[in-house]
Amino acid sequence: MSLLKELWDYRGFIKGSVKREFQLNYQNSMLGAAWTIINPLAMIVVYTVIFSKVMKTRLPGNAGTFSYSIFLCSGLFTWNLFVEITCKTQNIFITNANLIKKLSFPRITLPVVVVLNALINFLIGFSLFIIFLIITGNFPGWVFISILPVITLQIIFSIGVGIILGILNVFFRDVGQLYSVILQFWFWLTPIVYSPTIIPEKMRLGLKVNPMASIMNAYQGIFVEKQIPQWHSLIYPVVLGLILCMIGIKLYIRCSADMVDEL
Amino acid sequence: MSGSIKAVNIGKAYKKYSNRWSRLIEWVSPFYKKQHELTWILKEINFTISPGEAVGIIGINGAGKSTLLKLITGTAKPSTGSIFIDGQVSAMLELGMGFHPDFTGRANVIMAAQLMGYNDEEIEEVMPEVEAFAEIGNYIDQPVRVYSSGMQVRLAFSIATARRPDILIVDEALSVGDDYFQHKSFDRIRKFSKMGTTLLIVSHDKSAIQTLCDRAILLDKGCIAQEGKPEAIMNFYNAMIAEREKEDITQEEFNNGKTQTTSGTGEVKTEDIGLYNCEDQRIENVRVGESVILKVRIRVVEKIKTLVLGYVIKDRLGQDMYGTNTWYTKQVINNLQIGDRYQFNIKYKANLGIGSYSVSIALHEQNTHISANYYWQDLALVFNVINTKEVQFVGNNWMEPEIKIKPYE
Repeated sequence: MSLLKELWDYRGFIKGSVKREFQLNYQNSMLGAAWTIINPLAMIVVYTVIFSKVMKTRLPGNAGTFSYSIFLCSGLFTWNLFVEITCKTQNIFITNANLIKKLSFPRITLPVVVVLNALINFLIGFSLFIIFLIITGNFPGWVFISILPVITLQIIFSIGVGIILGILNVFFRDVGQLYSVILQFWFWLTPIVYSPTIIPEKMRLGLKVNPMASIMNAYQGIFVEKQIPQWHSLIYPVVLGLILCMIGIKLYIRCSADMVDEL
Repeated sequence: MSGSIKAVNIGKAYKKYSNRWSRLIEWVSPFYKKQHELTWILKEINFTISPGEAVGIIGINGAGKSTLLKLITGTAKPSTGSIFIDGQVSAMLELGMGFHPDFTGRANVIMAAQLMGYNDEEIEEVMPEVEAFAEIGNYIDQPVRVYSSGMQVRLAFSIATARRPDILIVDEALSVGDDYFQHKSFDRIRKFSKMGTTLLIVSHDKSAIQTLCDRAILLDKGCIAQEGKPEAIMNFYNAMIAEREKEDITQEEFNNGKTQTTSGTGEVKTEDIGLYNCEDQRIENVRVGESVILKVRIRVVEKIKTLVLGYVIKDRLGQDMYGTNTWYTKQVINNLQIGDRYQFNIKYKANLGIGSYSVSIALHEQNTHISANYYWQDLALVFNVINTKEVQFVGNNWMEPEIKIKPYE
């Protein structure tokens, strides 16, 4: 409870930091905030043109022209959100060392700022995707609402992973390097650019272990099949995410004193 | 009452690992023996600061002053003991306040204010005053990376003191500003202090500590060496420095006998150097204009033909105040034998301004120590001049005035 009160007391700082971070990304570029739109737009265009028009890729069992590019985008945008939150949280203590060493303030505000910023970037890109869906007549309708719990659970999982990595990264800087390698494998081991159905039966167990696979599958189901996710498949990522968050907080309480000394 | 600080048995240790892997080993195998060694920066620190009190913390570099402030501010956590703080703290540690170099001064002020818990209207309210006090002009809208260190301190100080906090903690940062800003900031600190703010100041500036503080704490090697009235503590501190510097010189002599300071050929050695008052008591504090006797005892180690003793009194900055030798006073000692001992009593009036002074002693053959230098010692003695009786004055010299005022047509 005191945690929430601290967050509320420092809402000014959180709001200001989100704004500053957003500005910082674009203040030295001429097109400014336009880049937040250009990047995801390029992504949608590339995947749609290349895969749907040029390569004529079709999803197994779905003949729609745009089905593959919808499949891709629904996975990529959300995967990028995961990557942004975990990578930024991983460096959160190192990049803010200057503040942490000189001012006393609730540290919990820092991951909140990261998540909010990532969400803003995500929403800009994702709303373009929604517009694209509406234009092409592929908007899933009320089923769309069911992405809210999925995103929430994904964020919980991302914070859990990010905080643990962030704390470890202060003491062992190898963690940061290692994680970027792991991310590469993780991306290709998760059905984002390919359909899970092409994986041989024997390897399916691997997908069960990967919490991101169930999350991605939920998104793809919502947008491609226009179906509400099978909630039981998300129990595992939720539980895992909560456990990771708890471990992260425990680890933080244990290490916070040493952490300031190490920065 | 808000504004009190209480430290109970606090200690701070940094963990030192022998190599990069040992921390990992310690983490993953909880039953493995401890892989780190503790380096204690602070040990068994106990003090209580009551609301409204002004306390100075002094000590040589590395004594643990900044670490102590960090613990009180809450940016670092103590390894042992606990700190109880009552009231809102505003702190200025080191340079800046965690300023982000790419943001403008204004954006940084806003950020710092937000971190201090100000809301939007409050920030808008204090902003003009912060700008006015920092006096950095148009730089306020430029990125902080183009600021000079003085400008950063000005801005940081202006935010930290935009409102009167219950407790104000100031690290040495202020010494970076120019004289004008130092005065201005001291005025503000003094004003806050009068209004009831608890002050905690770290400084090497003696006058700052003495004028602002009611009490001083001397830290040495992570422990409280002494606590008391600022003046007494400052004297103790100066003696401690003198002691250290003397040691350094001896070390230098040992390593390299070529430099002039150390080329003392050692035919004569000093046995004791002391400053005494008229009642023959050894003293460290001298009143302005007081008659004092500098007593130097020497012992002859090797047979020499002539001996001249010279001395120079220097101020804190090393500038000569007065110096002469027994060649000029025509008191050269001739034909000295091994084992001879002499005592020089140099009586003079300390017609000096308030401050810390040092005495250098030289023992040589002729009128200067360049010809044959038996022994030479800088900072052989440190003393303070204080003003208890005379009218208030400034400067290094005491020139007793007689001022007559009469009306004229």
